Amino acid sequence: MKILTIWLRTLLPQLTVSDAQLGEDLTLRGIAVEGIQDLGAGNGSLFEMDITTNRVDAMNHHGVAREVATIYGLPLPTISVQMPTVRPSGVPFPVSIEADDACGRFTARVLRDVRIAPTGEVRGPMSEFAARMFTLLEQKPISNAVDASNFAWLAMGHPTHTFDLDRITGGIVVRRARKGESLKTLDGVERMLDSEDLIVADAEKPLALAGVMGGWETMITPATTHVLVEAAWFDPIAVRRTARRHGLHTDASHRFERGADFNAAPLASEIVSAMLLENGGSVDGEMIDVRVATLEKRTASREPIMLALSEVHRLLGKTIEPEGISATTIEPVLRGLGCELRRQPSSANSAQWQVTLPSWRLDVEREIDLIEEVARVYGYNRFANTLPSFAGSVKVRSEAEVEAAVSVKLRAAGLHQAIGSTFCSMEEARLFEPQPEMAVALGNPLSAEAGMLRPSLMPSMLAMVAGNLHRDVADVRLFEMGTVFGGSTDRVEERTALALGLAGSDATEGVFAQRRELNFFDLKGMVEQVVECFAARSFYFDQFAPGEKLTPEWLHPWRAARLTVDGMAAGWLGELHPRLAAERKLKKRVLIAEIYLHRVQGVPLRKPKSREISRYQPVRRDFSLLMPRHVNWAALNSALTGLNIAEMTEWCAREVLTAGAGIPGESYALLLGATFQATDRTLREDELQEFAARIVAAVEKLGGRLRAESGNGLQ
Amino acid sequence: MMTKKMDDRDANVEAPNLSAQNVDASEFEKLEAEARSGAAELTTAEAVENFRLEWLGRKQGRLKLLSEVWLQHAPVEQKRLIGQRFNALKTVVEGLLDEAVARSRNTGWSDEALRNEQLDVTLPGTRRPMGAEHPITRTMNELVTIFAGLGYSVGVGPEVETDFYNFESMNFPPGHPARDTQDTLVVAGQERRSQRDRLLLRTHTSPVQMRTMEQQAPPVRIVIPGKVHRNDAADATHSPVFHQVEGLCVDVGITFSDLKGTLDYAMKALFGSSVKTRFFPSFFPFTEPSADVQISCIFCAGKGCRKCKHSGWIELLGCGMVDPAVFAFAAEKQPDYDARKISGFAFGMGVERIAMMKYGVSDIGQFYAGDMRFLEQFA
Repeated sequence: MKILTIWLRTLLPQLTVSDAQLGEDLTLRGIAVEGIQDLGAGNGSLFEMDITTNRVDAMNHHGVAREVATIYGLPLPTISVQMPTVRPSGVPFPVSIEADDACGRFTARVLRDVRIAPTGEVRGPMSEFAARMFTLLEQKPISNAVDASNFAWLAMGHPTHTFDLDRITGGIVVRRARKGESLKTLDGVERMLDSEDLIVADAEKPLALAGVMGGWETMITPATTHVLVEAAWFDPIAVRRTARRHGLHTDASHRFERGADFNAAPLASEIVSAMLLENGGSVDGEMIDVRVATLEKRTASREPIMLALSEVHRLLGKTIEPEGISATTIEPVLRGLGCELRRQPSSANSAQWQVTLPSWRLDVEREIDLIEEVARVYGYNRFANTLPSFAGSVKVRSEAEVEAAVSVKLRAAGLHQAIGSTFCSMEEARLFEPQPEMAVALGNPLSAEAGMLRPSLMPSMLAMVAGNLHRDVADVRLFEMGTVFGGSTDRVEERTALALGLAGSDATEGVFAQRRELNFFDLKGMVEQVVECFAARSFYFDQFAPGEKLTPEWLHPWRAARLTVDGMAAGWLGELHPRLAAERKLKKRVLIAEIYLHRVQGVPLRKPKSREISRYQPVRRDFSLLMPRHVNWAALNSALTGLNIAEMTEWCAREVLTAGAGIPGESYALLLGATFQATDRTLREDELQEFAARIVAAVEKLGGRLRAESGNGLQ
Repeated sequence: MMTKKMDDRDANVEAPNLSAQNVDASEFEKLEAEARSGAAELTTAEAVENFRLEWLGRKQGRLKLLSEVWLQHAPVEQKRLIGQRFNALKTVVEGLLDEAVARSRNTGWSDEALRNEQLDVTLPGTRRPMGAEHPITRTMNELVTIFAGLGYSVGVGPEVETDFYNFESMNFPPGHPARDTQDTLVVAGQERRSQRDRLLLRTHTSPVQMRTMEQQAPPVRIVIPGKVHRNDAADATHSPVFHQVEGLCVDVGITFSDLKGTLDYAMKALFGSSVKTRFFPSFFPFTEPSADVQISCIFCAGKGCRKCKHSGWIELLGCGMVDPAVFAFAAEKQPDYDARKISGFAFGMGVERIAMMKYGVSDIGQFYAGDMRFLEQFA
């Protein structure tokens, strides 16, 4: 919205501050001046305003002038309009309000023998002033009828409408539309009306969408001679519903939706009429003014409310200036804004007022609203900066601790934290949610590709991994912790999940560093380290044959594993299915994992615990084994665990070779490294040999055998 | 293969094939010459050790054998002489050994030997990849930490909310134009439900204010970091997904000047102690009075630059005193939220905007693209 300072100064002849100062003072009071444009000598400035939606009363020159007058303590003269003498009418123009829940006031004035002409050609103080203001505002003049409405709008912010009287049959009825009725509006659109639409009609047909837009048929044309001027008050919700239903947003609907001034209609009508009549014509009879008492009481004649100085102090606190806010600060502010104050008998420190509220400030209805007005005009920056005392403790959410622990682990492993889209396509939801009926759709999605709430972090993780690879970023290491959604549209469940996405090499960078392509076991190691954040009793990974239909479709069936933590399925990890990789034009192998963090979150975080470190030397022995294919590491591992050799403190698979010299089909070579150490003695050779014999016996029981006792590896 | 430490037993030394009878000075001279020539070739520590074992080994060393064969079997009259010669030889060998040890040390650590190991230290260091915290998470955590210092615990709530918590209880009545300012993404199939039960993606973190007050009687101090969504087309500064940090403080005697002081403190903690704040009247349905907060431009220190549109100020957050209507909704479950007795303030800020300012990010979309090149800058 634009405001001319020259116009403000005609409304406030006593205003002396510069335009720049005025702009800043208004901004600090919440009537924000976003930009100031100098219009040249004698023309003042153009203020580009940004006024919050609750202050529709200030979205016009008189409204801003009221704020200015309050800030500087100036008197604000009322707008007076010189109306031509009224020629008494034989029959008053018939107006009735049927929809008395939605239309509070309807004024109608009949003007006869007007001459429709461009405003610039009309001689007369109002028309000439309006023409000059329009030029400065770069508002295109249209004709004196339209311009008169616009002028009233810019001057005092009340919407008006002019009808070609000859196109009206009978009188005006404000009512709801009837089924089957239609109206061609001023924008040329033929609209089917709904029985909830509030309309202005005549005896036969709809004439206008009340408070939203006029009708085509009764539009003022150069041929118009008799005019009906409408200035009315419509209910915010009724106008909002009509405007929304027809997808319209006009100046008029904007104002009515936010609450217009019930008492402004007659003045608005006078401004429009007087300006039109400057080009000839006469007023036919007195203005017809139909009012609905219940709505008038709700807006123009509200009950007074109480304001207590003690409440002002309780809520606003300390000011920088020691005198602070007193009765003498409050009274001129509220009076300037249009309130009537009656001081109640009380002492100076506990002053109280009965406050009658102005009809144009429907946003002000409670004591707190008055306190805001006081604070606003007094100036927010004149309040001190204080800190309230506090005597409590800060609670830490257990989920936050879990998230922090997992995040630190993964970042230490070199993964960047990412945040992906909350949405996915229907197709992705089907792929990544094993029960597609559990995926939740949006009613008004941003696009078809974002029609669902993500049931899994995989769609966004895959998109981010692919995005990197497609941009020729060779090494990708990402994780995301976020919400996934399930349930139904009646009851949406939110769960926290963790996704890992890897591709390319381990990204160690250096002249003497060897890069290594990441593989399944890098991903598995990260998952293990995440799980080890928790004090789980047990966790394991297993694989399922494709026939079992357990492995998710998006994983390589033979390079996928399920994670189970304390007996609960806690996630899946593996290589992206090559088919999906090809569909996404990914040439590299992509490693992905999804961990159902919400399931693991119930397990307490593992607390570090120290153990005694043996003073005696550890002994390492390697066993080069030949194992049958069907015996996997887990089986060998559990057999070794079953030996219960307390002195065997660590063991692991150091190398695995599935083909080569001396490795018959259906078997594989495995280099087992074991460490022996006692806490109370140095181990003797005969003890070590006994341990070795037991290990070999366990291996043989599984169908394996020793290839060589030790060596430098398998080859 | 494990290298066994050589010990005395392994010293491969030829026993002197001499009888005591024909020992004369020349034999000792020969041995001495042999020792000297052997010692002269010693350069490495290993060779020196072998030399020691050869000559002075306790079990098989040549001097040991010498003493056994010559000295012990020498005729009584020659014992004294042979003993003197033996001792002289031993002193020589020990001296040679000391010299060789010293020499081998000097050789191993000589300037020349060390020079051969010179590195080009200007080559880049080997870097193991470090993961980065997402800049949005980092900013949220920073804010949470700042407010924890003022006694604020973290509150959270669901991302899918009901119309009641997101709008109605925050004093956006049904049909109110203020709802237009927050374009909302709604869950499908809500039409047949009552307005307040309809599910939507929360448009702000404010509903957690109400959820917290319903659970907890005053006093309350919470800070609410979270993800929110709006039906906004994406551009350089808008994203349908973004994050907010909301704060709520309710107690007896909380004032507008407390709100000012709290946010002034927080902004100084976030951007540096030279940052100034100023407050402007604004409008939010759930606060009254409401304010927008500007900070002095962190790029030009308030002098005026392109980033602050030459105003010297940057608008950063919204806040206000909790509207009594909001307390009235809370009081339905917790009667202690009586607006005549308690008061409070709330504030909310966009995390992306703060992160963009702090880290110089020009396109909000970068936060959600997962681009490694963008993220690794925060490691």
